[in-house]
Amino acid sequence: MAELPETPLLDELEKGPWPSFVKEIKVAARHKEACRDLLGQLERSYREKIGHWKHGGIVGVLGYGGGVIGRYSDLPEDFPAISHFHTLRVNQPSGWFYTSEVLRKLCDMWEEHGSGLTNMHGSTGDIILLGTSTPELEPTFKGLTDLGFDLGGSGSDVRTPSCCVGPARCEWACYDTLKLTYDLTMSYQDELHRPMFPYKWKFKMAGCPNDCVASIARADMSIIGTWKDDIQQNDEEVKKYAEAGLDIQRDVVENCPGRCMSWDGEKLTIDNRFCRRCMHCINVMPKALAPGKERGATILIGSKAPIVEGALLSSVFIPFMNPDDPEEVAELKEIVEEIWDVWSEEGKNRERVGEFIQRVGMGNFLEAIGMEPVPEMVAHPRENPYVFYALDEEEEEDEDEDE
Amino acid sequence: MSEPASVDEVAEAMYQQVKAAQGQKKLKPGDLTKMMIELFGDRVDKKLCKKAIRKLIESERCVYTYFGGSFIELPHKEGAEN
Ligand code: SF4
Ligand code: SF4
Repeated sequence: MAELPETPLLDELEKGPWPSFVKEIKVAARHKEACRDLLGQLERSYREKIGHWKHGGIVGVLGYGGGVIGRYSDLPEDFPAISHFHTLRVNQPSGWFYTSEVLRKLCDMWEEHGSGLTNMHGSTGDIILLGTSTPELEPTFKGLTDLGFDLGGSGSDVRTPSCCVGPARCEWACYDTLKLTYDLTMSYQDELHRPMFPYKWKFKMAGCPNDCVASIARADMSIIGTWKDDIQQNDEEVKKYAEAGLDIQRDVVENCPGRCMSWDGEKLTIDNRFCRRCMHCINVMPKALAPGKERGATILIGSKAPIVEGALLSSVFIPFMNPDDPEEVAELKEIVEEIWDVWSEEGKNRERVGEFIQRVGMGNFLEAIGMEPVPEMVAHPRENPYVFYALDEEEEEDEDEDE
Repeated sequence: MSEPASVDEVAEAMYQQVKAAQGQKKLKPGDLTKMMIELFGDRVDKKLCKKAIRKLIESERCVYTYFGGSFIELPHKEGAEN
C-alpha cells in the first residue's frame, strides 16, 4: 500500500462523530495517486492558508459548453497527479431517485476514468464527479451516456434544474415537482449544454413553501408550491396534539407570521384571508393541518447567492399557476423565453437576472417582456407592490373619477 | 423579404468574427448573434444563429471557454492561465 502524505492539519477534520471528507479521501488514496496528491496539496493549502487551484479554461466534451469545470493545480511539479483535476457535473434524476445498481455502475465507471471521489450532491443538485484529466473527459462522458446519464450545466447556461422529492415522498407537495423538472430539463437541453446567456440561470422546484431546495435563495426562477383555499383542518387531531402536551398557543399561534390564528383551549381558528402560506402551523401539527385542496405554485424571480454582487431573495412574479396543467406550463415557458431574450439582449456579462431587474427596474422589465403588473407582485408578503403607476395615468384616472 | 441566410454561411461569418477578435476580445454567444443580425439584417434570426453556433462548435473550428463567463474562441492551448 502506498504511503500517505503527512497531514496533521487535515487529520483534525477526521475527529468527531460526523462523516469526514478527509477520511474518505484517505480511503481512495490507498489506490489512487491523484487522491494522495490531493491530500498533499490540501494540507499545504491549510498550512499556507492559500488555495492552490486555478479553474476555468477550455476543457469540455465535444459540442457541449457546460458540464465540465476545468481545474488545475498551481503546483503541478509537486503534485503531478492532480495537475489536471477537472470536475464533472452530471444531471441527477428528478428528486434524486436511483437504483443501487446504477449507483454502483456509476462509481465503477468513475473509478476507472477519474479519482473515484464524488460529491452526492453538489449545491446545484447535480452528481459531482471530482477530479479527472483532460484525456479522460471523453471516455468519462461515454461511460456516463452508456449508463443513461448526461452532463449538467455550468457556465453561462441553464443550470441543471432541480427539485425536492415532491409527491414521490411528501404529502405537502402542491404540484408534481418531479414532472415539471423533467419537462424543463428536456425542453431546454440546448440552453443547458450550450451557454448563451449573460450568466447562469437556475430553475428550482419546491413542492410547498417549506422550500426544501432553498429555491427562494438560489434560483433565478423559483417555482414554489402553494394553495389558494383554506388550510385543511382536523379538529379532533388538533385536540390530540393539545392533550399530548403541545402548547398550541405558544408554539403555533404565537409563531404565526400572519397573526391569523387563535386558540381558546378547545378550538383552533384560522382566519385564512391573512394566512401567508408559511407552513409553520402545518409543520408543527402535520396530522391536524394540511395545505388546502386548490393547489398550484407561485413563481418567483431573481434570487442568487452573493458572487459578483450581494445576495438576493426571489420575489413574486406570477402569484398562482398550476404546473400540473400542460397548457399553463407552455405559457410559463413562453414567459421564460421572453425573459431570456430581453436579458440576453440587455444584460451585462455576469449579471444575473435578479441584478438585471434591479438595474432596469421591475416596471421596465415587465414592459420589456410584455407582462402586465399585478398587485401581488411583492418582495415580501403584505408589502406594497413594487410596481408603481405612472403619474399621468393616475391623474387621468382621477379625472375620470371626477367626471 | 430577402432569402434567409444558410446555417453554413452564418457559421462561417461567426468564425471570421471570432478569428478577428482572438487575443483582443472574448466574444460571448450573444455578441456573435448581435453581430450576425447587424451583418445579415433580416436574413437571420436568433434561432438560425443558435444553429450556426452549434455547427461552429461541433465542427471543432471553435470551442466554448469559461473565464468567469462563457465565451466562444478558437481552440487554443489548454489551461486556466490562458
Ligand atoms: S418542499 Fe415541501 S413538498 Fe417538497 S419535500 Fe419539502 S416539505 Fe415536501
Ligand atoms: S401557514 Fe403560516 S401564516 Fe398560515 S396560518 Fe399557518 S402559521 Fe399562520
